[in-house]
Amino acid sequence: MSAHRPRVSADRRSATVLVGVLALLVAIPAAGPAQDVANGQVIYERWCAECHGVEGAGDGPAADYMLPRPRDFVQARYQIRTTPNGELPTDEDLMRVLEVGMPGTTMPAWPNLGEEQRHDVIAYIKSFSRFFENADPQPMEFASDPGGGDDALESGRAAYEALECWKCHGDSGRGSGQSTATLEDWRELPIRAADLTEPWKFNGGGTPEMIYRRMMTGLDGTPMPAYSDAVASGVVSPEQLWHVAHFVASLAPGLKPRTADLISAPRVEGELPVAPDAEAWAEARPAFVPLAGQIIETPRALAPTVDGMWVRALHDGERVALRVEWGDPSNSPDPAWNEWQAKIVGAVHADDADLSPDAPMSDGMAVQFPAEPPDGARRPYFLMGSSNDPVTLWTWDSREGATEAQGRGLGEISALAGGDLAAESRWNEGHWEVVLTRSITEGAEGAITLAEGVVTPIAFFAWDGSSAETADRGSVSSWLYIHLEEPASSNVVMAPILAIVGSAGMLLLLVRSARSRQGLARAEA
Amino acid sequence: MSNRDSIRLAFVAVLAIGCGGDAGDGAGETEGQQTEAAAPAVDPAVAATISGTVTFTGTGPEATPIDMSEEPVCADKHSEPPTSPAVKVSDGNLANVFVFVSEGLGDMTFPASSEAVVIDQDGCLYHPHVLGIQTGQNLTIRNSDAVLHNINTRSTDNRPFNISQPQAGMESTRSFNTAEVMIPVGCDVHGWMSAFIGVTAHPYHAVTADDGTFTIEGLPPGEYVIEAWHETLGAQTMSVTVGEAETGTADFTYDENAAYAPVPMTEPLIVSHGGHGAG
Repeated sequence: MSAHRPRVSADRRSATVLVGVLALLVAIPAAGPAQDVANGQVIYERWCAECHGVEGAGDGPAADYMLPRPRDFVQARYQIRTTPNGELPTDEDLMRVLEVGMPGTTMPAWPNLGEEQRHDVIAYIKSFSRFFENADPQPMEFASDPGGGDDALESGRAAYEALECWKCHGDSGRGSGQSTATLEDWRELPIRAADLTEPWKFNGGGTPEMIYRRMMTGLDGTPMPAYSDAVASGVVSPEQLWHVAHFVASLAPGLKPRTADLISAPRVEGELPVAPDAEAWAEARPAFVPLAGQIIETPRALAPTVDGMWVRALHDGERVALRVEWGDPSNSPDPAWNEWQAKIVGAVHADDADLSPDAPMSDGMAVQFPAEPPDGARRPYFLMGSSNDPVTLWTWDSREGATEAQGRGLGEISALAGGDLAAESRWNEGHWEVVLTRSITEGAEGAITLAEGVVTPIAFFAWDGSSAETADRGSVSSWLYIHLEEPASSNVVMAPILAIVGSAGMLLLLVRSARSRQGLARAEA
Repeated sequence: MSNRDSIRLAFVAVLAIGCGGDAGDGAGETEGQQTEAAAPAVDPAVAATISGTVTFTGTGPEATPIDMSEEPVCADKHSEPPTSPAVKVSDGNLANVFVFVSEGLGDMTFPASSEAVVIDQDGCLYHPHVLGIQTGQNLTIRNSDAVLHNINTRSTDNRPFNISQPQAGMESTRSFNTAEVMIPVGCDVHGWMSAFIGVTAHPYHAVTADDGTFTIEGLPPGEYVIEAWHETLGAQTMSVTVGEAETGTADFTYDENAAYAPVPMTEPLIVSHGGHGAG
């Protein structure tokens, strides 16, 4: 018996330990949600609160530097969802936004957060809004894709017109519709209708499926309504709505924009095109130049209108023609945009400078070169040069036309005398198309001398008058290069021919002399 | 204790602990303000009425006509350009004032009428401009114009909606589950369009007519606080006591130079994180 006693005690101890361990293992998952939210709060306050605010109201310190503002989690109006209009998002909807971000806005993707961290921060974000209490959001029933093709695109175009999408998005889809100038988001801040020709900037993605979903659910918090009621009422069929989605997706440029380091300007033999719609432009391959807001010197352009340009260039040995195209929903100045011009200034963080324009403002753009062709890689300061390293600017104003000028820094632009810089422009329903032409070598006094065969630094500026932008406070590109291509000379063809004939001839001589020596040797032998 | 017993004990312990704890979130809608208690019947023999007139002293803002030239279908419906309905004064009487019982009903509940309230988009204007509705009552949204309208609500206590109605004759139905005074409504296609919806948990609300008058009927006798709300001028309250089958009077005056409680009325409800537990 005494031999068994120690074993009985050991059993009891192990039993207790076993029960204790098992209890702990079960208790930890049962207390899981509490830990999720607590960990979520840590993640949120480190990564999200700067924009979205400590209380989740979309009012963090960075919030008023951006348009649109960050999401207000208290009001819980979520844009990109699979749930019906006005409803809360599912967890999958929120996970998707953390995975891919919201292109076209300041919300990035979050590759540094693992899956569990994302679930934790989502649990915390949901806790900001009482609407999430006892809520179980369910995705909508989406009809399946009937497919694209020419018939679908035609049907989609017809439905786009019948449903009056063009009232905001414009006939061209470029966001220049008649109702666009007065659009506001739920905070009564200015907001634009999407430019449907740039699907890489759609907040929820640019595939037909994503477009279809946005039309069914609406984008809560924005003017974009839901068409699900119209489908349910029989005003439009699910198939027609899919056709609209395919049509909208087809408005994207055929080729994805190719961001260029070098703009090649081929030489044309015929007449140099001066009109934006001249057929000869097809010979020049367009280069896409990204632009960003000027945020270095106050006043800054924190939410600029223009974010990219397509540039083509041609020359004929005497003159160079540069065709620049960019998106701008307003043909400024335009009285229809007066209210927008007043509101947009107050919509983002105010700088020290007084920005209360009440005069109508023009749209404009500028092409920038160094004032002297540089030796080596050094280029002037990209923001219109500096006092001892100036730039040549080909400026264009929607009212004044083209002027060749010298820049010695932002705000230090002086027109130059002489030269023959000319411009032709048209505002094509949401796109400006401007062609600047100038003599290659003979510019204005003090302007850059360009040359065939030479690679020259070039940069671009653009500004939208209706958004109170100016040359100093608008969009700007970094330096890239332009190359005026030399023509194919006759040397290119003749030299190889001569080389071939010459070598063939010498080879024949060699063979003949070798044979004749052989013949002599035989004769002597 | 034998090993077998220990294992049995552990198994029971696991079951006991694992099956306790949170039952998880239930599925279902967000909570409304109405309980399941049966409504007290208001005996018509004793039901009281509160009525009154809302007047305006001052010159009032200049009536600027609305430019509808971008929408000929709507412009053609008006013999002359209509003016903004924001401050509508005729002979010193103020129309479009939302009047409702804000205190005094205690925790009495009232069934929502099965009749829907209608808001119509006609001539690119909302009819009516101000309307009252009860929680749970249906709102019928009608488009009487052969153009695209979208009806976009900016509610804070109710879930918002933004419905596209591209065709004349189209109707949509919605309702609100939380009292909210007032919910601004607008159309983004036609930026001048504006309306306001006042949602109360009871049926005792009214909107002043062009002659400034309103009537609230079928009230249980008692002491009430009546509130008047105007979209630009602000809100005022007044106490009224009505006995059985009595008609009480609540006359409000808005003076152009005075300041009233600011609009909009409701603040968004911010969830405090003090003591926030397991989600």
